[in-house]
Amino acid sequence: MSSVKDKLRAFSDSSLFLPVVALAVLLAFNAIFVDGFLTISLTEDGRLYGRMIDILNRSCSLVILALGMTFVIATAGIDISVGAVVAISAAVVCTLLGGRGDGVAETPLALAMLAAVGVGILCGAWNGLLVAKFKIQAMVATLILMTAGRGIAQLMTEGQIITVYYKPFAYISGVIPGNILPTNIFIALAMVLLVAFLMKKTSIGLFIQSVGINPTAARYAGINVTMVIFLVYAFSGFCAGVSGLIESSLIRAADANNAGLNMEMDAILAVALGGTLLSGGKFYIGGSVIGAVTIQTLTTTMYALGVSSDQLPVVKAIAVIAICLIQSKKAQEMFAAWKERNRGGSKSLSQGSGSTGTKAVNEA
Amino acid sequence: MRGVKKLANDMIASPYFSFGVTVLLFAVLYGTGVAMYKGFLRPQVFFNLFIDNAALIIVTVGITFTLIIVGIDLSVGAVLALSCMVLAWLLANTAVPVWAAVAVVLLMGIVIGAAQGYIITKFDLQPFIITLAGMFFCRGMTAVISRDTIQITNETFTAIASYRIPIGDLGFVSVGAVLALIVLAIAAVVLGFTKFGRAVFAIGGSESSAALMGLPVFRTKVIVYTISGFCSALGGVAYALIMLTGYNLHGLGMEMDAIASSVIGGTLLTGGVAFIPGALFGVLIQGVILTFISFQGTLSAWWTKIVVGALLCVFIVMQALITEQKARLSKKSSMGEPPEKAKPGLAG
Repeated sequence: MSSVKDKLRAFSDSSLFLPVVALAVLLAFNAIFVDGFLTISLTEDGRLYGRMIDILNRSCSLVILALGMTFVIATAGIDISVGAVVAISAAVVCTLLGGRGDGVAETPLALAMLAAVGVGILCGAWNGLLVAKFKIQAMVATLILMTAGRGIAQLMTEGQIITVYYKPFAYISGVIPGNILPTNIFIALAMVLLVAFLMKKTSIGLFIQSVGINPTAARYAGINVTMVIFLVYAFSGFCAGVSGLIESSLIRAADANNAGLNMEMDAILAVALGGTLLSGGKFYIGGSVIGAVTIQTLTTTMYALGVSSDQLPVVKAIAVIAICLIQSKKAQEMFAAWKERNRGGSKSLSQGSGSTGTKAVNEA
Repeated sequence: MRGVKKLANDMIASPYFSFGVTVLLFAVLYGTGVAMYKGFLRPQVFFNLFIDNAALIIVTVGITFTLIIVGIDLSVGAVLALSCMVLAWLLANTAVPVWAAVAVVLLMGIVIGAAQGYIITKFDLQPFIITLAGMFFCRGMTAVISRDTIQITNETFTAIASYRIPIGDLGFVSVGAVLALIVLAIAAVVLGFTKFGRAVFAIGGSESSAALMGLPVFRTKVIVYTISGFCSALGGVAYALIMLTGYNLHGLGMEMDAIASSVIGGTLLTGGVAFIPGALFGVLIQGVILTFISFQGTLSAWWTKIVVGALLCVFIVMQALITEQKARLSKKSSMGEPPEKAKPGLAG
C-alpha cells in the first residue's frame, strides 16, 4: 500500500504531473460533454478517424515547435520569432511548388521541402548569431525577425495566399494512401525520438542545462557557450521550418498573415506547462511534448464550446498567468509562509484564526 | 591622427551619440524625400507625421518607461485595441458623455497596467511573459466585446476628431497630435527633473543598488507599468480619434513598432538609459518611411515592416558595439574599477 503511495507522491512531485493532470482533466471534460469524443473509427479507405486523431494531427506542429523552444528556454533565452519563421517556411514551400491549377509542381516536392527547412535553419542561425555572438538579449534579438519575418513572407507570396493543388503536398499533414495515420504524426514522433536519443546518448542536454544555470561557470568548465547557444537557436529555427511545412500542408496554402499566428505563445505555454522554468536551467522534453498536446486539446475544447478563435486568447492568457504563479518561487514561499502561519495559529490556540483555528479549539 | 581617434571615442562615449545618429538619419531620410518628390517639401507633410503617428508617440513614451527599468510591455498594442473598442462600445450603446467614456477607458488602462506591474514585481516574474499574457487577454477581451467593427458616430467625438488646430499659415495639426506632444513633454520632465524619474533610472542601472540606496523599488516598478498601461489607453483614445472605430485588429504589432521607435531613439535595452526626444524621432523615422511608401505608390506596405526590422537590427547591433566600446574605454581610463554599465539619468 505504502509503495503505491510513494509512487503517487513521486508522480505528483515530478515535472509531468501538471501537464498530465491538465490533459486528463481536459480529456475527461471532453469525454463527458462532447458527443463521440472518444470514438475512433476506421474509414473505408483504411485510415483512422476521430476527434482524438484530429487533436494529435493538429498538435504535431506545436509539439515540434515546443521541442526547439524547450532548448532555447533551457539556456535562459526565448525565441518569439518562431511564428514568423513558420510563415516564412510556409511561404517558401508554397512559392516553390507554385499555385498551378492543373496540380503540377514547379519544383520537386523534396527540393521544396528541403528549401523550406533550410530557410528555417537560416532564420534560427540568424537569431543565434545575434544572441550568441553579439550578446543581444534573446527577447530583443528574436523580436527583429518577428517584426520583419511576416513582411518577408508577404514579399515572397507577393501578398497573395498561394494555394497549392499539387496532391502529394497534402500528404505531409494528411494520410498517404495505405497508411492509417497522418504523416505528420510520424514526423513529430521521429523528431521527439531524435531529441530523446540525443539527450540519452550524448551530453548535449547537460551542456544546455549548465549554460542555462550559469554561463560563466559553464565556460570555465570548458563548454563552448557561444556554440551551444548558437546551435540551440538554429535548432529552434529548424523546428519552426518543419512546423511551417506541416502548417502549410494542413491548409494546402501559404497565408503569410495567419500561418503560425500566436504560435510562439502556444509553444512557450507548452514548455512552461511541461515544468521547464522560464528562467532557464533544468528542462523536461517529455513535459513539453505533453504540454503541447494539452494546449492543442484546450484549443480544440474551446472551439467545441463555441469560443471563437479571436476570443480564445483570453483563456490562454489566464492559463499562462496561472502557470507562472504556480512556478514562481516567491508565490511558493508566500504559500508556505501562509500555511505555516495557519498551522502555528492552530497549535498555540492564541492566534487561532480561520477554519483551522476553530477546528483546533473544538478538538481541545 | 591620435586627436581624431580621441574625438571619435569622445563622440561615441557621449550620451547623445545615439540621439545624434537618429536625428541625422531622420534628416537624411527627409532630405531624400524632398529631393525625390516635390510634395515632400510642403510643411503639411511634416505635420502629418505627427497627426498620423499620435497614438504611436504616446504608446512609445509609455513603453520607454518600462524599457528603462529593463522591463518590457508587450501588451500595449492590445490595450490600445481594447481601449478603442470599449470607447466605441460605450459611445454606441450607452448614453454616457464623451468625457466619461474617455475617463473609463483611461481608468481601465491604469488598472491593467497596475495589475501587470503588481504581478511582475510581487512574484518576481519575467515581464515579457506576463505582458505577453496581458496582450492575449486584452486582444481576446476586445473580441469578446465585439467581433465586428463598431463605428463611432457620437457627434462630440467626431467633432473633436475632425477639429484642426492651425499653425500659422503653414498647416494644421489634430487634437491627437497636440495630446501626443503634451504627453511627450510631461514624460521628459518627469524623467529628467523629478525624484520619481531619478528612481526609475536608478532601478534601470542596478535594481539591487537602488534597493540598497533605500529607493522605493517595488512602488516605482508598479508605477512604471501603470504609466505604460495609462499611455496605451490614452494612445487608444488618440487612435480612435483617427480611425473612429473600435476593431479587434487595431494596433496589431504596435508593441514592436513602439519598441523599435524607442530603441532607434536611443533607449538602451540593457536598461538605465533613455532619451524621450529620441523616442519622438524614432517614431518620426517610421512615419517618414511610411510616407515614402505612400509617395512612391508601387511599393507595398510590408516593406515598412522589413525596413523597420532592418533598422531595429542596425541600431541594436550599434548599441551592443557602443556599450562594449564604452566599457573598454572606462576600463582603460581607470584600471581596476569595474566598467560602468550605463550612466543613469540622461533624459531631459
